[in-house]
Amino acid sequence: MQKNIIIAGVGGQGILSIAAIIDWAALEMGLNIKQAEVHGMSQRGGAVQSHLRISDQEIFSDLIPLNGADIIISVEPMEALRYLPFLSKEGQVVTATDEFKNIGNYPHSEGLITEIKKIKNHVLVDIKTITCEIGNHKAGNILMLGASAPYLGIDVELLKRGIRTLFERKGEEIVNSNIKAFEKGMEISSAIKQ
Amino acid sequence: MSKQLLLGAEAVAQGAIDAGISGVYAYPGTPSTEITAYIQLSEEGKAGKIRSTWSANEKTAYEAALGMSYAGKRALVCMKHVGLNVAADAFINSAITGVNGGMVVTVADDPSMHSSQNEQDTRVYGKFAMVPVCEPANQQELYNSIFYAFNLSEEIKLPVIVRITTRLSHSRSGVQQVEKQTAQNELSPEVDGKKFVLLPGIARKRYDNLVNIQPNLENFSEKSPLNKLIEGGSNNVGVIAFGIAYNYTMEVREKYNLDFSVLKIGQYPLPRKMINDFFDANKQILIAEEGYPVYEELMRGYFNNNKIKGRLDNTLPRTGELDVDSIAKALGVELEESTAVPSIVAMRPPALCKGCGHQDVFQAMNMVLNETSKHVFSDIGCYTLGALPPYNAISSCVDMGASVTMAKGASDAGLRPAVAVIGDSTFTHSGITGLLDAVNDKSPLTLIISDNDTTAMTGGQDSSGTGKIGQICMGIGVEKEHIRMIVPLKNNLEENVKIMKEEFEYEGVSVIIANRECIQTAIKKRRVK
Repeated sequence: MQKNIIIAGVGGQGILSIAAIIDWAALEMGLNIKQAEVHGMSQRGGAVQSHLRISDQEIFSDLIPLNGADIIISVEPMEALRYLPFLSKEGQVVTATDEFKNIGNYPHSEGLITEIKKIKNHVLVDIKTITCEIGNHKAGNILMLGASAPYLGIDVELLKRGIRTLFERKGEEIVNSNIKAFEKGMEISSAIKQ
Repeated sequence: MSKQLLLGAEAVAQGAIDAGISGVYAYPGTPSTEITAYIQLSEEGKAGKIRSTWSANEKTAYEAALGMSYAGKRALVCMKHVGLNVAADAFINSAITGVNGGMVVTVADDPSMHSSQNEQDTRVYGKFAMVPVCEPANQQELYNSIFYAFNLSEEIKLPVIVRITTRLSHSRSGVQQVEKQTAQNELSPEVDGKKFVLLPGIARKRYDNLVNIQPNLENFSEKSPLNKLIEGGSNNVGVIAFGIAYNYTMEVREKYNLDFSVLKIGQYPLPRKMINDFFDANKQILIAEEGYPVYEELMRGYFNNNKIKGRLDNTLPRTGELDVDSIAKALGVELEESTAVPSIVAMRPPALCKGCGHQDVFQAMNMVLNETSKHVFSDIGCYTLGALPPYNAISSCVDMGASVTMAKGASDAGLRPAVAVIGDSTFTHSGITGLLDAVNDKSPLTLIISDNDTTAMTGGQDSSGTGKIGQICMGIGVEKEHIRMIVPLKNNLEENVKIMKEEFEYEGVSVIIANRECIQTAIKKRRVK
């Protein structure tokens, strides 16, 4: 088993908590992990990404080669496109459609969506609408994790336990709304998969 | 104990804790900051068993670590690559004096300049000072090599460098810790009364000692666990893979099912015998180094040994980080074409945070300074982003503290107004002495200290001048009435513009301290509450 995952977003959007939960579950499964992160200057509102590699074999490189990613998980639509050179031909893109506009020349929404729809395998998630329904506007990451779950090759129950572990100290209510977000995400992808 | 998922930087920290250090000394700098931060938050750090607060700069950090070593205890000093430039005087001479308690210097290089001004290679400093350098390839090896480096340092009585790069420092992987920590050394100050006194007569003897010990250092490399041969079936080409380049090389070997031999190098000086044998056994050699082509140049020689391929003949890219694809290409693998980034995708560079006080400083300053004659010397920190639109506010960023002294030089040349912008942490790191020069010379300049009470760029570490900036300026002789305190807020814009205008026109040294807490640390504090 080997999965190469790119998680993308903008500094401050909290992509590392998505990674942390996948890590936790993969460790429980006894798999090897390498996870390259971005720290420092780019964290100030710049484009950030994490290369996450999971395998039952030894992993050498901390970086995923070009055409090597099985999945790109992005919490922002333009950021999903930035890493396309890394996506394998049969790779999956799971991206939010919620735009993060902190630059003057941010492209038009229709253009972005057109480009994303050109990708063979893609799932689009409207974070704002769904997290509003759930009543936890901070659960966008976990919603995206849920939407990615069918493609990760990781036990879903373990991912849920990972969510519990991460949010435990914030109380039962937060845990439950995040689990709900996760399940909602899974529903979206499962519907598309069928 | 089960495996822990650690960043490379954290593996250094945990290794050092487990190897029995009594102190860590550092100034924050990407990609090295997390080492010290981890120790500060560890049980040992919090209990004060390991001394771990931030130093004013890399030189003070290095010298304090050397003092701890003199006293017989183990000390870790860490910095980013350019930090070693600041500490270089102490570093080079500490190879001449030697050490007493184990001393490990962890330097984090930043090839591809993710968060830096250059991609200098610390291995050059290792050669320059003639001390051993360890360059592990993965997080577990990094953890283990910290023990190894401390033991080696105490055995050969020299500081030992552990060189890491961004990719290793900022990547997580499982690390197996030792069961039992090494106890800290007892206090046992240096007994040789001369060793640390580098008067020329003594220094010559100490230098002889350093030169004479070099063959011994090579012997350590020959049997180092960090250097090993992976034998292949084909001898058409062999790869000498240094440090993290080993990972990429091994992945290419597996991914494309190639059968070349690999000589993994993780400790310097080079193990000459291993290298000789590998050269003899292979028809062609690819040298894969993360950083400068330091050893490629050495092995290629002045007469250009054409058996060697690498960065210098563009078989590998001359600059930037290596990766699996660049090494595959260098070995003749035809790469599958990858999808291009759609042209609609715009660059998203880092930017100042919403509500950041630096923005208000730049806004006011831009209103005072005439667009055409604007020359503002600045420095290294979040405010360097003031160079980008919409501010376009600064004209320089060279090295820590250079804003003050460059403004002084330009002022001496006749530039008016000579304006410098520096952060509080950079000011105490390397700006104070420059300001003293300006005061002594009465060079007309205005120094704006954009003081956010923290070392913000690296994530909000304590800043050594917090609450003391005004007193420091007064203490080195800036006139009291030309030390102006402002609060960079929208509501104060008019008043701040007026104050800047007055001070820019003053024919002497003036300082404007623009103090408002960093928005990120303010948010963090609120969360903790």
